[in-house]
Amino acid sequence: MSTLEIKDLHVSIDTEQGNVPILKGVTLTINTGETHAIMGPNGSGKSTLASTIAGHPRYTVDSGSITLDGEDVLSMSVDERARAGLFLAMQYPVEVPGVTMTNFLRTAKTALDGEAPSLRHWTKDVKTAMAQLRIDADFAQRNVNEGFSGGEKKRVEILQLELFRPKFAILDETDSGLDVDALKVVSEGVNREHSKGEMGTLLITHYTRILRYIKPDFVHVFVAGRIAEQGGPELADQLEAEGYDRFTAQTPVEA
Amino acid sequence: MAETTHTEFTPDTAPDGEVTDLGDLDEKARLGAPAGAVDSSSAIDGFTEEGESLSSGDTGSEQLGLKKHSHGNAPVIPEASRGERRRSFDIADFPTLTGLEEDWRFTPLKRLRGLHTEALSASAPAVEVTGAGNVTVETVGRDDVRLGASATPEDRVSAAAWNAFGDATVITVPQETVADGEVMVSVRGTHAEASAQHILIDAKAFSKAVVVLDHQGSATLAQNVEIVVGDGAELTVVSVQEWDDDAVHVSSQQAKVGRDARYKHVVVSLGGDLVRLTPSSILTAPGAEVEMYGLYFADAGQHLEQRLLVDHAVPNCKSRVTYKGALQGADAHTVWVGDVLIRKAAEGTDTYETNRNLILTDGARSDSVPNLEIETGLIEGAGHASATGRFDDEHLFYLMARGIPEKAARRLVVRGFLTEVIQQIKVPALEERLSESVERELAAGNL
Ligand SMILES: Nc1ncnc2c1ncn2[C@@H]1O[C@H](COP(=O)(O)OP(=O)(O)OP(=O)(O)O)[C@@H](O)[C@H]1O
Ligand SMILES: [Mg+2]
Repeated sequence: MSTLEIKDLHVSIDTEQGNVPILKGVTLTINTGETHAIMGPNGSGKSTLASTIAGHPRYTVDSGSITLDGEDVLSMSVDERARAGLFLAMQYPVEVPGVTMTNFLRTAKTALDGEAPSLRHWTKDVKTAMAQLRIDADFAQRNVNEGFSGGEKKRVEILQLELFRPKFAILDETDSGLDVDALKVVSEGVNREHSKGEMGTLLITHYTRILRYIKPDFVHVFVAGRIAEQGGPELADQLEAEGYDRFTAQTPVEA
Repeated sequence: MAETTHTEFTPDTAPDGEVTDLGDLDEKARLGAPAGAVDSSSAIDGFTEEGESLSSGDTGSEQLGLKKHSHGNAPVIPEASRGERRRSFDIADFPTLTGLEEDWRFTPLKRLRGLHTEALSASAPAVEVTGAGNVTVETVGRDDVRLGASATPEDRVSAAAWNAFGDATVITVPQETVADGEVMVSVRGTHAEASAQHILIDAKAFSKAVVVLDHQGSATLAQNVEIVVGDGAELTVVSVQEWDDDAVHVSSQQAKVGRDARYKHVVVSLGGDLVRLTPSSILTAPGAEVEMYGLYFADAGQHLEQRLLVDHAVPNCKSRVTYKGALQGADAHTVWVGDVLIRKAAEGTDTYETNRNLILTDGARSDSVPNLEIETGLIEGAGHASATGRFDDEHLFYLMARGIPEKAARRLVVRGFLTEVIQQIKVPALEERLSESVERELAAGNL
């Protein structure tokens, strides 16, 4: 059992207009086996939270802490966090020139495990996972994300989730840009991995529709850089019916 | 695309109202518009692509349709057709360089250390040929009739080199002979005085050989490498530039390719202050196939330039050009210009050229200009592609977020990118050495 603990996290970014605070005291604990949904309007800071956990250099942590089983995540480099078991499925995965998917997946797996995977098993695992996510086999020879459609990029993120088997997966709007079929395929991928019982999931989304396929244990409503309300799955239903208006009215967005 | 200026044009010298060009990339280049120039400040994430693929089916009227155009106020002197460029052994036929000439516009003349103005009278780098025992190696005087029989200088520095070289090295692969090993031509420079050199590689009919020109040391060298690929011969020439940091090397490497011959030319430019190679393949008889590969890796301050010509003058030949470059550090500059000329007689031509560049850090600049000139519509296919990508913090973050340490991430990208060309050399020891050199380049760039 692992625990990812975020305590009173304050995060800002440097812009041309100066330093802008974005996260204003986020506290959240996720355990192995749990699925937490973070829902919130555009610009509320959901991606900022996800990127800060992964260690993106653009974000400055002003105060608060993130720990993984007691280890200080904030003092780790980006790659160390990944090797510690954190995985971020990105909202906008970048195209990496010059590196084929095959080469990338193998290199990442080797870095994550500290040893090269057995070639025979690995090739089979990759093929199977790709087939399950309905990713064409010829994607393996293409450069990472290069020329992939939005939906294809998201599938490839989940492909990595299944192959890398992290302790905690942070899925940043993995549902956006997916049609219904793709949404199902991708959700099944997440559920497959989650059902092994060795992963905690932080599911960031703007819409409730993915929650029909991935069942959250907890729902947190994120507004203006902090959690405005939390509850069980019923909170998602309420949001679906009422929208975010109630929360945004209560908590005026500061610039 | 960082530069999307499209300069459409009306060819002002097209014979009989015929259009000699398809596409507009070549025109941008010729007219000196900022075609394909990508520097690190303007490049966007990932790869930007431009290119087109033509085939006999679509070289019809719409391709040939003229468009009214406007173009930038470029100072460069335009050239009517690449095929009409002056060729001469007489240096006086080439005016003193100003830097405005189409073929010199990217070259920092000040850094040529006199190759274009001085006598080139210092001693040339030492040439030592080892390897294959059944290949003839001679050192001959200027008066040897074989010299200059197959290639005529196309620019001032090449003409200057022709007029200044002392002895020449002639490497002959006898008829129907398969070289019993690679021919390693070591070219070692020991000083920085301007000098000239001439090397002739003559692969006789139905012979087969791999010749590696290995340039190292310190030099200011104007060089002509004259290459003859006889009928049915199979020749690979690899030109490796691993010079010391101060070296200046301007080299014309012209190949005359015979009937049904197979010619492969590989450029690897890593070391030197300024390296400017002009490899060309002149297809002189039907059935010939040419592959031209290049790999260059420019560090801070380095200028690595390659200007190619594939001259399809006869029917039913095939050519493929693949050049890849990586750049890192302030004022690293690479230039790739790929001229492919399909003359009127060259029916059934099949050609494709591509250039890809990868900018690894801020402050580097890469110019990429594919030029395709087509004088006949009766071809198999003709196309070109040029792409310049930039490796930036977001790429790095993505790879590191998958557990890959920073240095390994950069190596992964560069290695993956350049390996395609290194693998073409097919001389295992050299491939290994060059892979290591690329790793060293990366390490030196503190990446
Ligand atoms: N690089 C940046 N420069 C300026 N502002 C930024 C930058 N990154 C984020 N922000 C601002 O921080 C706030 C939070 O952005 P964030 O991307 O975390 O929101 P989000 O909840 O993920 O929104 P969405 O639902 O649109 O993905 C927004 O106001 C955004 O404009
Ligand atoms: Mg977001």
